[in-house]
Amino acid sequence: MKILVAVKRVIDYNVQIRVKEDKTGVVTDNVKMSTNPPDDNAIEEAVKIKEAGKATEVIAVSVGEEKAQETVRKALAVGADKGILVKTDGIVEPLAVSKLLQKIVEKEKPDLVFMGKQAIDDDCNQTGQMLSALLNWPQATFASKIEIKDKKLEVTREIDEGLETIEISIPAIVTCDLRLNEPRYASLPNIMKAKKKPIEQINASDLGVDTSPRIEHIKVEEPPKRKAGIKVSSVAELVQKLKNEAKVI
Amino acid sequence: MSVLLIAEHNNQDLKPFTLNAVTAAAQMGEDLHSIIIGQKCGEAAKKLSELPLVKKVIQVEAAHYENFVAENFAPVIIKLAENYSHIVCSANTFGKNLMPRIAACLDTSQVSDIIKVISPDTFLRPIYAGNAFATVKSKDTKKCVTIRPTSFDPCESSGGSASIEKIEPGEEFNNTKFVKREEIKSDRPELGTARVVVSGGRGMQSGDNFKLITSLADKLNAAIGASRAAVDAGYIGNDHQVGQTGKVVVPDLYIAVGISGAIQHLAGMKESKVIVAINKDGEAPIFSVADYGLEADLFEAVPQFLDELNKLNTIQK
Repeated sequence: MKILVAVKRVIDYNVQIRVKEDKTGVVTDNVKMSTNPPDDNAIEEAVKIKEAGKATEVIAVSVGEEKAQETVRKALAVGADKGILVKTDGIVEPLAVSKLLQKIVEKEKPDLVFMGKQAIDDDCNQTGQMLSALLNWPQATFASKIEIKDKKLEVTREIDEGLETIEISIPAIVTCDLRLNEPRYASLPNIMKAKKKPIEQINASDLGVDTSPRIEHIKVEEPPKRKAGIKVSSVAELVQKLKNEAKVI
Repeated sequence: MSVLLIAEHNNQDLKPFTLNAVTAAAQMGEDLHSIIIGQKCGEAAKKLSELPLVKKVIQVEAAHYENFVAENFAPVIIKLAENYSHIVCSANTFGKNLMPRIAACLDTSQVSDIIKVISPDTFLRPIYAGNAFATVKSKDTKKCVTIRPTSFDPCESSGGSASIEKIEPGEEFNNTKFVKREEIKSDRPELGTARVVVSGGRGMQSGDNFKLITSLADKLNAAIGASRAAVDAGYIGNDHQVGQTGKVVVPDLYIAVGISGAIQHLAGMKESKVIVAINKDGEAPIFSVADYGLEADLFEAVPQFLDELNKLNTIQK
């Protein structure tokens, strides 16, 4: 069984982002970039399945600019066997990403495609579902547990009401929740080894997909700031303020 | 052209956030229709028809719609899509799971999780976990939009009398089977809709200490929240998590106890109307968003808080 894992390069989750003065986006120059956190869970799960002898190959794919190669390389360092970088410029919307991934799926013929449930930059939460629609494959989104049962997967999903379990037939798409597993760190020897693993580079334009944005970003602004609050000196004062000033209790 | 809202329900009743979604959808066009897909969902369909903003209800029933599997739902909506300018749903796990499947089939770039309708094609949405707001304009002829329910008020729930049209169900998607759902039942208000939320963080130090949070929540008729750190430490279940990776809440009163205020937590609660922070670290980032900050040891402050509340004649419910 072959597993394709999609990974995205995003601003590191610990970075306090800043909006550009001209309101065209957020500052990305000289900002620490990392793998989108739930994509780390997706890679981890695929590698664990391979280690359990249930998969033969894990392929990491990223869609993005040249530097997204680092994200693919990191996936190789934690256990993926080969990498693919689909090179694009500028913003590529989830719809275009899913069309590019569809081309990669047609070429690599994986049995499963894993990715994070959502990217922490645009917060769209679309790509996995869109890819599954384009391929007409089953989808298991927000997965917090995956069990492989012959040609089927039993997946536990995190939903608003609690947990839901579904059974999907392979081939299938799974989008991963942060609770799925604890991603490992790459060891130094494995980082060195990853440098020798192959990364195939493909230009998005060669895949025959129109990636031009359909959504115009008119402006990006800082959210309205909360007005500065006050520090109270005692619980009694706090309760009095909540009762008489804020009138919420 | 009309706007189509996908109703969220549990086959017996509408989910409360459907009313917020109706408010948002009605701002995108004048003629609002709503589709309800389920099994034996007649009661819920009737309630939908009573919302004055809804002009027509489309009801589709079949056994394979009982458990809201997106692979079964999407084709029903795609078949109707040519009649509509907008397809709208709440951005909760139901809508997040379903809408992109519809959008991809319609070759539309979806606009996710909007917090404001600026015009029928222009919307405001948070990005980077709410650390920036983007104003975006969809250039697609058909818009697929999910809305953040807490950013819109619920619509009027009675007085309307829309017609209910029943249509034939579509085929079942055989490669996805529902197995089970484990809902967390509670006598408390639901986290997503509660008027008051009391949340605990890593500062609680143990799951046992969360009973302090429980007592305070009991007193205030509040829902119980938690930071991701408290959930990861195993103090409380994930269904209580507030933040980018949990629920986004907008209560009238949010009380953060022993929560430092990581960016990811703030993303889930900083739109609350009044925020109280109790933390012994005066430099904790939570104080930067708190209306009322109390720098104190929570193990002393929370029992005192209960005592003070007991002294009050009345507490709002």
